[in-house]
Amino acid sequence: MPLWWPLLLASLLFAIGVYGVLVRRNAVLVLMGVELMLNAVNINLVAFDAHLRDVLHGGQTLALFTIVIAAAEIGLALAVVLLVFRTHGHIDLDRLRSLADRDGLDELDQRGPRLDHRGAR
Amino acid sequence: MSWVGLLFWLLAAVTVGSALLVVTTRNLVHAALWLVVTLGAVAGVYLLLAAEFVAWVQVLIYVGAVVVLVLFALMLTRAPTGPQPDLTAARILPAAVVAGLVAVLLGATVVAGFHDVRIDLDAAVVGSAEVTGETLFRRWVLPFEVLSVLLLAALVGAIVLSRLREDDLDGLERRRDGEA
Repeated sequence: MPLWWPLLLASLLFAIGVYGVLVRRNAVLVLMGVELMLNAVNINLVAFDAHLRDVLHGGQTLALFTIVIAAAEIGLALAVVLLVFRTHGHIDLDRLRSLADRDGLDELDQRGPRLDHRGAR
Repeated sequence: MSWVGLLFWLLAAVTVGSALLVVTTRNLVHAALWLVVTLGAVAGVYLLLAAEFVAWVQVLIYVGAVVVLVLFALMLTRAPTGPQPDLTAARILPAAVVAGLVAVLLGATVVAGFHDVRIDLDAAVVGSAEVTGETLFRRWVLPFEVLSVLLLAALVGAIVLSRLREDDLDGLERRRDGEA
């Protein structure tokens, strides 16, 4: 198998992930785009491991490490998303402006009602 | 083209197609389910590239755990199950241009750099559980342990974040309003 086949697949998958991160408004969907990009990197690592026949199996080991880091990232990120939902009542990234420059943005910060952990008022 | 090549292109088509659906579908839950298809096809690509253990870990952790977490988050944020017209921002064109440039630049670079390199899959050592376990615990023990500490830190962080109480949030809010 030519080496550029999996590398091209990884490039396409990475670009699709970039598109998802840039275009989606829902925070969970943005995280799915990040997962696509991490998978693209893993394909690269595994392909080069098969090509170089590394005795340390560096590629496959690093792919495993990336999967673990992705799991840690998604757990932490979803906790943040749920906290944002509790304080703002939505997870629409275009409407979350609490961290932006406040000048003239106050009227744009449409904060919803405070919700408890079950999402009830 | 050998059956390996045929299988690879089949899996690649499934991966790219379902990934496109993940980023374009108007239905939140469908996006998560298409993500399952994408990740499963990527696991198949790992199997073709002689990374057996990585493929099963991909199925277990990504398809099993990560997607379930994502679905939980969608339910807990009360995601509507029907199609949603406003899931995509109004910046589709610039985003598509950027993503297309990324694809063209990366793709052209790897094809130009590696067009005459072949993977000899017959000579590749299959990364079975035995081989991977031996390399992991002989050569990569220290990174492995550091990674477990990182995982523990992430776990503690997630628990702390999700157990923040009402008055903690009030304090955070007061501080934010005070700075504003």
